[in-house]
Amino acid sequence: MVDKSVDSVSEAVADIADGSSVMIGGFGTAGMPDELIEALIEHGAGNLTIISNNAGNGETGVAALIKAGRVRKIVCSFPRQADSHHFDARYRADEIELELVPQGNLAARIQAAGAGLGGIFTPTGYGTLLAEGKETRRIDGRDYVLEYPIRADFALIKGRRADRWGNLVYRKTARNFGPIMAMAARTAIAQVEEIVPLGSLDPETIVTPGIFVQRVVAFAPSAARAA
Amino acid sequence: MNRLDRKAMAARVARDIPEGAYVNLGIGLPTRVADFLPLDREVILQSENGLLGMGPAPAPGEEDPDLINAGKEPVTLLAGGAFFHHADSFAMMRGGHIDICVLGAFQVSVHGDLANWHTDAPGAIPAVGGAMDLAIGAKRTFVMMELLTRGGASKLVESCSYPLTGLACVSRVYTDHAVFDVGPQGASVVEMIDGLTLDALQDIAGVPLRLAVGAG
Repeated sequence: MVDKSVDSVSEAVADIADGSSVMIGGFGTAGMPDELIEALIEHGAGNLTIISNNAGNGETGVAALIKAGRVRKIVCSFPRQADSHHFDARYRADEIELELVPQGNLAARIQAAGAGLGGIFTPTGYGTLLAEGKETRRIDGRDYVLEYPIRADFALIKGRRADRWGNLVYRKTARNFGPIMAMAARTAIAQVEEIVPLGSLDPETIVTPGIFVQRVVAFAPSAARAA
Repeated sequence: MNRLDRKAMAARVARDIPEGAYVNLGIGLPTRVADFLPLDREVILQSENGLLGMGPAPAPGEEDPDLINAGKEPVTLLAGGAFFHHADSFAMMRGGHIDICVLGAFQVSVHGDLANWHTDAPGAIPAVGGAMDLAIGAKRTFVMMELLTRGGASKLVESCSYPLTGLACVSRVYTDHAVFDVGPQGASVVEMIDGLTLDALQDIAGVPLRLAVGAG
């Protein structure tokens, strides 16, 4: 019987080793798998390369991981925000490496990795600092930059519901990077609000087919905990 | 001569957004354009974080942390709205499916180059977000900005001194002094506020200007 469900968030992240690359879903705090990240901090892996849209908000999620000193490098599109103080401090102290990627290129490069492509030619960033030194090509009269896929050892994402095959549905704009990160990581781990019986997710509306997901763990939504 | 305030600028941009347009409004000032779209005009707003059919801010107490806009503020979803993942969201931009995007800017060149992501100031932490994708992806890119910096320097320039967001991507610039078209032929004035002349505007802007066809 295929059963990708695990009993706890700590079991879900137990094999994340020092030096791993880890994609973390979320746009700001929407879709941020806070409980998986808390478990990762407790687990103790360090020297991590994190791929995520932002460099943490407030005190939870990626911000907590950075605060704990576990992140060697972050690949993201929008690190600087009103509440990115933990990243800002580490960056200014030269304790964290930043690779800045335009958001759409980040998404396309992650998707390319998941789709088995060797790279993409993207018009985004052409002629800017972020494309300096990169190969370019003119195709049908338009200029493109060659960008390589971004893959990772692990992806930590957040869904609404899963079944034991790993099929996932999301909630509103918390979907964001979840589906493509699941494709691009060797081991994709999803925390969900509930794991439902096989067959109860409508196959017409499953967003991430279970083939892209290796582990699911149920965790009550943050809103419910706060209430 | 009364310069447009930010509300009036947002209202002016809103006038040029037609029925049926798919529109992305950048974070900051451009977000305000939504408040001035006439209720009888159906315009579909896209947000880079995976939503089409974005509605206004929710009533107090109705906020949903999973339903936010690109500025990470709570929003609502209109009937007919849809959610999608990030790769699809940016395919909408890069693939030329978005009709209009409205962005803020540090500088725009008369040829339509845009600088709006980084000032290169010492100690500044760079952040680009979706700006580069939006700028070059939409069918038309509008910029909305005050014409002058606080120090009085024109932000409409021959060539941007700040790091570029995109090359030759802006088609129209809405400012507190005038509306300009920019592109391969340089900058032309579509309209200007009462009391301003082309010569006076050219002095303020510091770049060569001509009147757009049909302007006056």
